[in-house]
Amino acid sequence: MSDNILSVKDLEVSFQTHKGSLKAVRGVSFSLKKGETLAIIGESGSGKSVTAKSIMKLLPKKTTMINQGSIMYKDKDLLAYTYKEIEKIRGREISMVFQDPMTALNPTMKIGKQVMEGLRKHQQLSKKEARRRAMELLELVGIPNAEKRLDGFPHEFSGGMRQRVVIAIALACNPEILIADEPTTALDVTIQAQILELMKDIQKESGTSIILITHDLGVVANMADRVAVMYAGEVMETGTAHEIFYNPKHPYTWGLLQSMPKIHQAEDQRLIPIAGSPPDVNLIHDGCPFAARCPYVMKVCHHHNPAQTKESETHSVACWLQDKKAPKVKQPAGIKSDGS
Amino acid sequence: MSKYILQRFIYMMITLFIIVTITFFVMRLLPGTPFSNPEKLSEAQLEIMNAKYGLDKPLAVQYFTYLGNLVQGDLGLSFQSQGRTVINVIASRIGPSALIGGQAMIIGFIIGLVLGVISALKHNTIYDYGSVFIAVLGMSIPSFVFAALIQYFIGVKLGWLPVALWEGYSYSIMPSIALSVLVIATVARFIRSEMLEVLGQDYVLTARAKGISEEVVIIRHVLRNALIPVVTVVGPLSVSIMTGTLVIEKIFAVPGLGEQFTLSILVNDYSVIMGITLFFSALFIFVIFLVDVLYVILDPRIKLKREG
Repeated sequence: MSDNILSVKDLEVSFQTHKGSLKAVRGVSFSLKKGETLAIIGESGSGKSVTAKSIMKLLPKKTTMINQGSIMYKDKDLLAYTYKEIEKIRGREISMVFQDPMTALNPTMKIGKQVMEGLRKHQQLSKKEARRRAMELLELVGIPNAEKRLDGFPHEFSGGMRQRVVIAIALACNPEILIADEPTTALDVTIQAQILELMKDIQKESGTSIILITHDLGVVANMADRVAVMYAGEVMETGTAHEIFYNPKHPYTWGLLQSMPKIHQAEDQRLIPIAGSPPDVNLIHDGCPFAARCPYVMKVCHHHNPAQTKESETHSVACWLQDKKAPKVKQPAGIKSDGS
Repeated sequence: MSKYILQRFIYMMITLFIIVTITFFVMRLLPGTPFSNPEKLSEAQLEIMNAKYGLDKPLAVQYFTYLGNLVQGDLGLSFQSQGRTVINVIASRIGPSALIGGQAMIIGFIIGLVLGVISALKHNTIYDYGSVFIAVLGMSIPSFVFAALIQYFIGVKLGWLPVALWEGYSYSIMPSIALSVLVIATVARFIRSEMLEVLGQDYVLTARAKGISEEVVIIRHVLRNALIPVVTVVGPLSVSIMTGTLVIEKIFAVPGLGEQFTLSILVNDYSVIMGITLFFSALFIFVIFLVDVLYVILDPRIKLKREG
């Protein structure tokens, strides 16, 4: 598959903690095609952000260990890059938008200067050129009165406006890939929609690929072409958005979908939570990490981790239920089926 | 802005007034008077002296007389140094204090900054522990211990610098070094904790994600923001260090303001005690005001507002 702009293979990341090393990402693989949006979903602590940050080497140097795997960007392995070399990738080829716009901007630096920084470094623009480009960027992300706002400070902007600035910073050098780490979580709902709409428009115009990290299935449905479902540092299921929403195969995905309210839901139909809480990743040794909470758990699940089974060219699942010997389990009610 | 400054000025005057009043009356609780020396002065002489300096009048009258003179900028005459005004006494003593204090601030700030930055960047490594150790040592060892040590090693053993007295620039170096220890410790500790806090901020991650080099991230984003609160510590600290420290000036026999102050207290030189106290307080209050104004320039989030 040569049209992959980024492919992560078997990535394993661990952190040094007081209690010893902690595996936060345990063999994650996914790929991103040019111009598409890949959503990575999962609960807090499932390793989504760590995966994203390891692409740009943004994890703390001293305590992070990349144990194995590869992150291929345009046929080059980013994991082999030094910190000095990755600086040329950061902001220019791959950019990142962070979760909380209230803290993501330097409070004592003018907005314009913060937008211009990357431009000056990567494109060697003069101050004047960088300023003009920064103004264009602010206009592009829908900030009114852009020229004047360049000289404003972050505290003079609302949360939604700040997130627009953060997006402008990320887009400054026309990156190939935009990683958005829960870009709308800290915003209120109407602003969320605006920001998502903005990201879609930009993608349409520039053909940027987007990795969208979120735990909001509504956002996924709105934005994603493909989805990777993560749990306890592993990818449980990947597929197109359609496959994940209408033909999910993994019990964890079922659980996620069942716990999401739907607009046509009957009044007496309750949301079904996933019982239990995510496991301490240090306690997982063998077996499927979801085994302890899975309503369909079998003996084998506790001892052997299931391999990825291909459902279709685009859809794969890591679950023993897909094994030939496993009992046939019907997809629970409440998940919209394709009708096929 | 000008309204704010006017308001602050009025507050500063009120603060000074309170300090003057308290010092004036507390000072009189000290045993004796400037002329309580019965072996040398006869009753009649004492009466003449008291009358000359107004000490024969009731305390309240003396207080209001002092206030009246103060408003006109008159700090009075020294009781002990014949014919010298208080302003003259302070002016002749402030030079050495300001010189060693100023040098100590510069040395201390630079070394403290370097130690603090290394500490924060190499958090939880041997470098960090090392500079924290130095900082704690600087805080906890009394200055006279350190002063005596460098006097012995640098002054006596190596003979590089004069041990004490005040007969040229080289005499100012050792007291400055001794005085800088406290500054190093204070600045290093403060910068370390401020930098660690800023390093954990999201905007540092944003800056790194832009692809600018780590050095630029540290200087432009981390250090700049970490230094803002340091102003609040360095301002008042420099006042107290530059207006004379008792211990260091005594040990190195520096004819500074700190030494004069203790001398005046010992001999009940009322007007000089008042004068030095007032000088120190006024400078201190002014620097605190300056720090507040500087904050507005350094941190755009802070706006000066008149209290409602």
